[in-house]
Amino acid sequence: MSKKVIIPIGPYHPLQEEPEFFRLFVEGEKVVDIDIVLGYMHRGIEELAEHKHYDQVAFLVERICGICSNSHPFAYVNAVENIGKMEVPERALYIRTIIAELERLHSHLLWLGLAGHFIGYNTVWMWSWRYREPVLDCFEMITGNRQHYGMMKIGGVRRDIKDEDVPVLKKTLDELVPALDMFKGAVMDDPVIQARLKGVGVLTRKQAIEWCAVGPTARASGVDIDIRRDDPYGAYDKVDWNVIVEKDGDIFSKTVVRILEMYESVGIIRQCLDRMPKGEIDANVKDIPPGEGIGRVEAPRGECFHYVKSDGTNRPLRHKIRAPSYMNVATNKVAAVGQTISDTTITLAAVDPCYCCTERVMVVDKKTNGKIMDGLDLVRLSQEKTEKIKKALKQ
Amino acid sequence: MLVLERVKEKLANKAFDWYEHTPRRVYFKMDPKDIKHVANALFKDLGFRFIIATGCDTPEGIEILYHFGYDKAGLIVSGRTLLKDKKKPEIDSIAPLFVGAEWIEREMWELLGINFIGHPNLKHLLLIDEWPKGDYPLRHDLKEGSK
Repeated sequence: MSKKVIIPIGPYHPLQEEPEFFRLFVEGEKVVDIDIVLGYMHRGIEELAEHKHYDQVAFLVERICGICSNSHPFAYVNAVENIGKMEVPERALYIRTIIAELERLHSHLLWLGLAGHFIGYNTVWMWSWRYREPVLDCFEMITGNRQHYGMMKIGGVRRDIKDEDVPVLKKTLDELVPALDMFKGAVMDDPVIQARLKGVGVLTRKQAIEWCAVGPTARASGVDIDIRRDDPYGAYDKVDWNVIVEKDGDIFSKTVVRILEMYESVGIIRQCLDRMPKGEIDANVKDIPPGEGIGRVEAPRGECFHYVKSDGTNRPLRHKIRAPSYMNVATNKVAAVGQTISDTTITLAAVDPCYCCTERVMVVDKKTNGKIMDGLDLVRLSQEKTEKIKKALKQ
Repeated sequence: MLVLERVKEKLANKAFDWYEHTPRRVYFKMDPKDIKHVANALFKDLGFRFIIATGCDTPEGIEILYHFGYDKAGLIVSGRTLLKDKKKPEIDSIAPLFVGAEWIEREMWELLGINFIGHPNLKHLLLIDEWPKGDYPLRHDLKEGSK
């Protein structure tokens, strides 16, 4: 006879910049329902933005997320520039694009490492983060910071990319491509990873549309959307690249989408560096006229949406922010249900909500309220399953 | 833009005051009672994606902007509706039509005090469950020193 057990996951973990709390309802090995609780990091940024002037808000929204810290200010400046239909110098558009794509590289590498760790591939974890370091070094070289670059400004960017930085950037990219080849081979040709991730945590195309999923989560389910192509901003309409779409909607597809996207990012940055014209980087915008504007950016996790309403003063009247994970995390409700407990950690992590709070996981027996497992046990369960598949394939 | 013509045709007697800010950012106004019809037409019939909704406290009442995106054309159509009764703002929930609207309606309910009629699970999303009743953080008129 099966008894129903509740597993709470979260909400806090040092690796997770947005705490979330997942309560899993489990029967035997199978997850039958999931309850998602948000709000642990609700800092009232929309309200705060109404009390800061336009230049300050760019810095404020940069602090929404530590991983895609460029996406929010980028979407915000797009929104404000949409209010006044402002023109931005072309060089600034290219620099914005380069920063955004470097960010995608480091964000996807971070996710790949965590995903590797969850399924017991700690070598992938270490190597992936080792190759993320040079990307962060590039950020430090251009902006002075590894995170929170402070580059976006209404009407342009705050810092130029110096001529002597370009060869260093190109060299970093040249060295990154063989590493990407290695990861691509390690994931796509490995029978163990295929057996472990294929058919796990499936989000069908119909579900992705109904839950309004965005970014790699939607693209892995066959929904062909990418704001960079559909509603071009920055210099994305001036370079050649492809949108990566997979069909199966499982974790394997989500991994493939992210790995192949990194190649596209490398291509975009190379083209931008070659085509970037000389000239001004700032339009010196003085006043924001009354009106409303919408700005969108394809963050590493999907569409980031900002709506700004202006009444002609130096502060926004209303600033609405929607991060991509807001839509994607909710899809766990269908992707994780019906899985076994050993697949939950990787399924919840597959939408890349900067999430890895599994060390806070506890399995609680509903009858006795006694703790059965903690987070480390769950990661161990996940890793053991990989080991079992490995052994079965060897025989 | 072809798709915009189809939207205008489909919503002919429901949407008014069309305003094209830029070719890809289009706004229109609608009556609160038509929200289900409009959301259904955009999401189900025309294949728009629900992006998000923005609730805003204005002197005239509580305003909601429903942002729908048509990704093949990079278009955002935003439907604006005004709930004039600030004491008891109410509108039909669109969460039963598509599940993607569930969270944002919960958020607007707790931050602006809008009641979404027919919402399957109207409870706190971002604020704690013990949050004082009747205190809505994004309302302007309830706080001292706010603009």
